[in-house]
Amino acid sequence: MLRSVRSWLGIAAAFGTLSFGMGGAFAQQKQVVFGLQCDRTGPTATVGTALCPGYHDYIDLVNSKGGVEGYKIKVIEVDNEYKVPPAMEAHERFKKEGALIDGLYGTPQTQALTKKLEEDKMPGTSPGFGTASAADGKRFPYLFPIAASYWSQAGAAIEFAKEKLGTLKGKKIAYLFYDNPAGKEPLPIFEDLSKSEGFELRTFAVPAPGVEMGAQVLDITSRYRPDFVVTHLFGRAPSVSIKELKGKGFPLSKVVAFVWGSAEADILAAGGYALAEGYNTLQFAGVGKDFPVLKDIVAMYKAEGKAPPKEMDSTVYYNRGVMVAAIHVEALRNAIKAKGGAMPTPDDVRKGMEQIKGFTLGGLVPPLTITPTDHEGGGWCEVWTVKGGKLVKTKDWYQGFRQVIEKQIAADAKS
Amino acid sequence: MFHREAGIFKTTYAADMALYPLPIAKWTVAVLALLFVVIVPLVLAEYYLSILNLIFIAIVGALGLNILVGYTGQISLGHGAFMSVGAYTAANLAVRLGLPFWLTLPAGGLMAAFIGVLVGIPSLRIKGLYLAIATLAGQLIIEWTINHVPAISGGAQASIQVPRPDLFGLILNTQSRLYFFLLFFVVLAIVATLNLMRSRIGRAFIAVRDQDIAAEIIGINIYRYKLLSFAISSFYAGVCGVLYTYYFGIANYEQFQLIVSIDYLAMIIIGGLGSVLGSIFGAIFVTLLPIVLRLLLENVGSLVFSDSELANVISGTRLAVFGALIIFFLIVEPEGLNRLWRNVRNYFRVWPFSY
Repeated sequence: MLRSVRSWLGIAAAFGTLSFGMGGAFAQQKQVVFGLQCDRTGPTATVGTALCPGYHDYIDLVNSKGGVEGYKIKVIEVDNEYKVPPAMEAHERFKKEGALIDGLYGTPQTQALTKKLEEDKMPGTSPGFGTASAADGKRFPYLFPIAASYWSQAGAAIEFAKEKLGTLKGKKIAYLFYDNPAGKEPLPIFEDLSKSEGFELRTFAVPAPGVEMGAQVLDITSRYRPDFVVTHLFGRAPSVSIKELKGKGFPLSKVVAFVWGSAEADILAAGGYALAEGYNTLQFAGVGKDFPVLKDIVAMYKAEGKAPPKEMDSTVYYNRGVMVAAIHVEALRNAIKAKGGAMPTPDDVRKGMEQIKGFTLGGLVPPLTITPTDHEGGGWCEVWTVKGGKLVKTKDWYQGFRQVIEKQIAADAKS
Repeated sequence: MFHREAGIFKTTYAADMALYPLPIAKWTVAVLALLFVVIVPLVLAEYYLSILNLIFIAIVGALGLNILVGYTGQISLGHGAFMSVGAYTAANLAVRLGLPFWLTLPAGGLMAAFIGVLVGIPSLRIKGLYLAIATLAGQLIIEWTINHVPAISGGAQASIQVPRPDLFGLILNTQSRLYFFLLFFVVLAIVATLNLMRSRIGRAFIAVRDQDIAAEIIGINIYRYKLLSFAISSFYAGVCGVLYTYYFGIANYEQFQLIVSIDYLAMIIIGGLGSVLGSIFGAIFVTLLPIVLRLLLENVGSLVFSDSELANVISGTRLAVFGALIIFFLIVEPEGLNRLWRNVRNYFRVWPFSY
């Protein structure tokens, strides 16, 4: 033992010099820093490992074309493993490196950093995470959901069901959800709409980790027999729901899934495209590879003599990463323009974010209009359906029952 | 801690039990106090203080768990849930009744202690793996309850925004202010644990751990002491939850799920069961290692990989290295970092005349 102590000290000293010796090698002219949190190793790694490469690739593309108004962007990514304490550390790290924006990842992480963002006057984006009421820019001045919240998705899902069924009067809708705060969040919207549209609503909760839902699905298909099913599940649960609903003979064309149950990976895990034929998915970013920006990214890789990354095949998540990056870049562009080319502060980027309008990146990004009061940008969704071995667009960008959602946001602000 | 004596001079039990084995120990403590109260906050930037703050909160939780697992020999997989009990108690009191932190903090701890005793009742009849499963059930029941009772959770989102702690009009809203706030409680927790373990209660805990039947024979009421251990341990967990709540400004049960209970168990096993210093080492190790590994990999890896590839490489490598290091340390010294530290110290105690 005693002898090993000596070698120990040697190792410790070597590591010490290594960590102090390197670093500080990045000082460059005209560079801005973006912070990005990600989860590549935690419970939502399937999302993070495809989404975050999309973010990096878009930023690389912008840099390869000369940057934004002459500024190159450096991305600092921190893997928070979907844990809260590392998310705080990540935020402080971004602040130390002078980051202009904090790309949040994860619902509890977004909640825990909401106050900090405000105190540090740094804008943060939480696409698909956090609370729906964060759309209210007056209450949460530094938090930008930028993508359709669960309330907006609920509105969009009911709108889609209405279109499919003709009318909702007297119809029965089942809501199959993951039993956590995110799963329960859309309930007030559904209840409100069931009154105004005259449909009957019944809810079926799936307990964590959501891989066992035979009883709930049997209850839906043989006892309740709804006209339409809305699912809101995470992780492995969406693929299980597809398998179970299909197995019990429920037509998947009468099912619509929220945004975290809508990726290629879910369909493949359920047993492939043939089995999931007809399954409808809500999306807050464009799906597929048919966008000019994605072709540019492929061309960028070709020019470097590399093959495009395999994450690009997971288009649902990859494109979301591209969308988040594109919105960050647009906010930065607005901020730099507003300062006449000078280096913007994080607060300038917030103002730049609030001016985003009519920026669609060839259809990959919804027609967002982010304003100081609406940080969600309108709550736009698309519906993509599994058809003939791939996801096909069945409904272009739309806002479902926007006035109901706005009413709910206003009511939540008062409570 | 850093001092050494030249022989064994302890001739009385009182000398053996003393908090300061040598007069120089007082100086060590004074130097540490000077370091953490004056020098660290002056020298370190906000970012490093934020890491220290996270470590401080983890130390409080790890100390609590170590009282139960390391000193009393009971096991708990429910400490994450006890933290959430403390967090929601404090958040509700702070928001609904507008109480200040010096009332909500002990209240959160006491509520967690009460729930901890309830969850600990099975420990009177079962031990080991069976107790682990019983406390796991406690964890899941508490999570479910918070998720489904709006009166506790404050609505469907199950999160309650808490105002920043306010000390005589000074709002503790920056990392450096929170640093002093947390430092106070972590010192309190360390001193309290050190003294608890020198007391009759602490000795009874150790007796129960080493052989509960023997402990009963020499007159220790093991039912009482097992439950007391659960109560004290959960009190620490509750306080840890309250500190998290004030640190983040929000109580949210999703940040206290099962994985957190396991993280804390990992801390005390790596640090060393049944030792205060071990809890501190464990909390530092588990909090700091991912950060240090990332910094190292970022700097070394940027020579080989592009930025976008690097992120993926870092995450994977960090996970593998973190796991490998834990195994490595536990093979080198199964009794944890605390024992490793003592080995190093003993080596230098006789250095350079080791034979």
